[in-house]
Amino acid sequence: MSEPRAPQAVAQAGRLDIEGVSKTFGEVTALADVSLGVSAGEFVTILGPSGSGKTTLLKVIAGFETADVGRIRVDGADVTDLDPALRNIGMVFQNYALFPHMSVARNVAYPLAMRGMAKREIANRVAEALDMVELGSMAERLPKQLSGGQQQRVALARATVFQPRLLLLDEPFGALDRKLREQMQLEVRRLQRRLGLTTLFITHDQEEALVMSDRVAVMDKGCVQQVGPPHDIYEAPANPFIADFIGESNILAGTVDTPSDGVLRVRLESGRTIQVASRPDVPARIGQRVRVMVRPERFVDLAVGGAAAGINRIDGVVAESAYIGVSDKLRITTPEGLEILIRLPSGPSSRRYGSGEPISAGFHAADARLIEAE
Amino acid sequence: MLRVVSGLVFAFLMLPLLVLFPISFSSGTYLRFPPPGFSLKWYVRYFGDTAWIDATYRSLQIGAATTVLALLLGILLAFGLVRGRFRGRSLIENGISAPIIVPHIVLSIAIYGLFSRLGLIGEWYGVAIAHTVLALPFVVIVLLAGLRDFDVNLELAARGLGAGRLAAVRTVTLPILAPSVYSAAFLAFITSFDELVVAMFIAGANMTLPKKMFDNILSEIEPTVAAVSAIQIVLVSALLVLGTRLRRPATPTNALTR
Amino acid sequence: MTLSSAASAPPLRAAEARRSSAFPLGALALTWPALLLLLLLFVLPLARLFALSFEGGNLEWYEKALTGGLYTTILLRTFEIAAIVTLCCLLIGYPVAFLLATTTPAWRALGFAFVMLPLWTSVLVRTYAWMVLLGRNGIINRLLIDSGLLEQPLPMLNSKMAVILGMVHVMLPFMILPIYSALTRIDPDLPKAARGLGASTPRIVMTIYLPLTLRGIVAGVTLVFVVSLGFYITPALLGGGKVLMFAMVIEQQVREFLAWNFAGALSVILLAVTLLAFTVLNQGVARHLGD
Repeated sequence: MSEPRAPQAVAQAGRLDIEGVSKTFGEVTALADVSLGVSAGEFVTILGPSGSGKTTLLKVIAGFETADVGRIRVDGADVTDLDPALRNIGMVFQNYALFPHMSVARNVAYPLAMRGMAKREIANRVAEALDMVELGSMAERLPKQLSGGQQQRVALARATVFQPRLLLLDEPFGALDRKLREQMQLEVRRLQRRLGLTTLFITHDQEEALVMSDRVAVMDKGCVQQVGPPHDIYEAPANPFIADFIGESNILAGTVDTPSDGVLRVRLESGRTIQVASRPDVPARIGQRVRVMVRPERFVDLAVGGAAAGINRIDGVVAESAYIGVSDKLRITTPEGLEILIRLPSGPSSRRYGSGEPISAGFHAADARLIEAE
Repeated sequence: MLRVVSGLVFAFLMLPLLVLFPISFSSGTYLRFPPPGFSLKWYVRYFGDTAWIDATYRSLQIGAATTVLALLLGILLAFGLVRGRFRGRSLIENGISAPIIVPHIVLSIAIYGLFSRLGLIGEWYGVAIAHTVLALPFVVIVLLAGLRDFDVNLELAARGLGAGRLAAVRTVTLPILAPSVYSAAFLAFITSFDELVVAMFIAGANMTLPKKMFDNILSEIEPTVAAVSAIQIVLVSALLVLGTRLRRPATPTNALTR
Repeated sequence: MTLSSAASAPPLRAAEARRSSAFPLGALALTWPALLLLLLLFVLPLARLFALSFEGGNLEWYEKALTGGLYTTILLRTFEIAAIVTLCCLLIGYPVAFLLATTTPAWRALGFAFVMLPLWTSVLVRTYAWMVLLGRNGIINRLLIDSGLLEQPLPMLNSKMAVILGMVHVMLPFMILPIYSALTRIDPDLPKAARGLGASTPRIVMTIYLPLTLRGIVAGVTLVFVVSLGFYITPALLGGGKVLMFAMVIEQQVREFLAWNFAGALSVILLAVTLLAFTVLNQGVARHLGD
């Protein structure tokens, strides 16, 4: 889906550096020493639950709030104290913030008018921008005459028409229905690649983050918890919060029983031991308390797949089962009180389980990820 | 049942106003009903009499000045109250309604006392300033409501797109607030134009229209006042109709630049 | 497709390159002009009047006002009239507000016109209209006599009833609007739910509408009562000197007798009573409602 980038666009896409930014509102700490670097042309998503500070971060970057501590640099230039009008940053607000008293064309023309561009030039640029989001025919309509998805595209056109160095998007798809959301995700990404714009995208929807981004920065309680490509964030979450927030996970607590090359034996609180792949960056001495994450979809149905060497086995009873089309979601309780969530692919070769049925499921040591040692 | 009661109440509200029209066209000198004949002489009397026209002009002048002053001060105050984060905001907001609660007669003689020492009695701008005090609460109340309804993100978006603070207010906030501003202006003007008690004392010999009408009513029940009243009612009705027209959504402007 | 124009947009005016909004502090300054006006032309004159009433360092003017029964009687009568006017406005106004809030948009617009037009017509014009209606040769008398129902004209003017009638006419919109506002804020599903649960219309009114519009009622009552206390124009014209309200007495003292100190004392008394009424109605009831 990549298209050739426009030559000038690369020259003006900027690099964003957020350095040690903190901000408090009275008693509440919104941002705590946040640092992040975004390369020119990169698409980074800031993902986090409400209250994690992501919107505040966006406002600080745009200039609508000022950081108590820290610097914001665009292409090396310090913009921390610069008036938002001068930062040349495009922003799409959550509710689009289209000017209701101006037509679509005048909305998109606004930033160009503020820059004192010539009328003819403005007309050309506006037409181009509207064509790019396929709204050329709506130029003279008022925002309220447009659908949610259309308004959003106008907001996008307005935020990019003046060739900003940076594009900020604040949970722009919240008000759209699912199908439209997915459509817009693709469109925005396509537009971004075409213009080569450095983009910072805010959302609380982790699926959206994984789909759209070059890199994801997970935030919670004002701190950046982890930054990395979507694959890393999903497969190798740095802490239980991230493991839980992204996708679903089972988090098992235990102590290290025996370390051996590549594989650890971890004794769970319930008494059972499981084999877990070791990590060079996480220390694992005997007796160390650790937490292990296993994604539900990594489980196999032992009745169907058969046991293999090195597999961890969980025997239990199905407490609840839900069929969601693409898979079966099962909640299993084990005799020693463990509750495990597993997902089994649904298909002709898989077995359906009902509530109360016994089940044997297993997972490989490689799929058990050590996420934290205390 | 509800409709009947309401209908009666509406009749009650409108009847006195309607009654003035036939009286104003009466050819008789005294208030008599039914009027003996049709005549325009009271209207002629009004338009032909310098004293009446002077008073009218003075009231218009004072009304315009009051509107401008009250709007200016009111817009600043409203912005300060809505956008500011200082303590004492709610105190100011509650306090701004004080002129409504204080009886006009008390305020009137109080200002009269002050103005006579300053030699401001009889000056039109003195009346205008006094009227501004009376109009300000209404202006502020209307503007506060409008500003609070206004989505601040629109202004932020304008600034992010390159508009300075003042430019953002000028091109985005004020146009959207326009209906509130018109309502406030209307209120301010009417408050001043119709005001009697304060003008009674402060306008002195240079009377406002309400004062002249009041004197006229007291001295002789002469239907010229009916003519003036009828004209006023027609004008207010026209303004009300205009007001509802203005409230309809405006057509988008085509100009890409200002 | 490449973007047209080789050069990027011209740079923004450098003159605006200053630290982004110190809005919070700047906002306070915006309030100063209005507050200054109020200080000079509201607080100051009233303070002067207040001081005048204590001239001579004693309370002789207050003594004069409060003893002897004359002025206190007038004050009581003013109270009485204001109360009657408020009650009438409430009884008449609530149903009208209810109709406006529940009817179709077309009828609502018409109804509003009937309410707004008198509201924007000056008090003087409306009071004059009542003089025309109620006078000896006024319309009502004429109609009654011409139709044979009466022999002599009914003296309706210059009476307490005329004053009340006129004041109700003036004040009614001020009662209708706050109540209408409160009514429109009620979730339209509530009365439906109540009806589904078996409530009759009177019960719905008593248990749903009245409690939920209480705040609007209080607002209307406060406004009407407080303004009626200090009313001048309507009682002066429709009362013809026989119905004295307190504001008229104050005016008389200044215009006829130039008794500034006494007028000051009377003003302070009226103001105190008005503020008391406002506080009791506004705060007292609000506190009772559990604000």
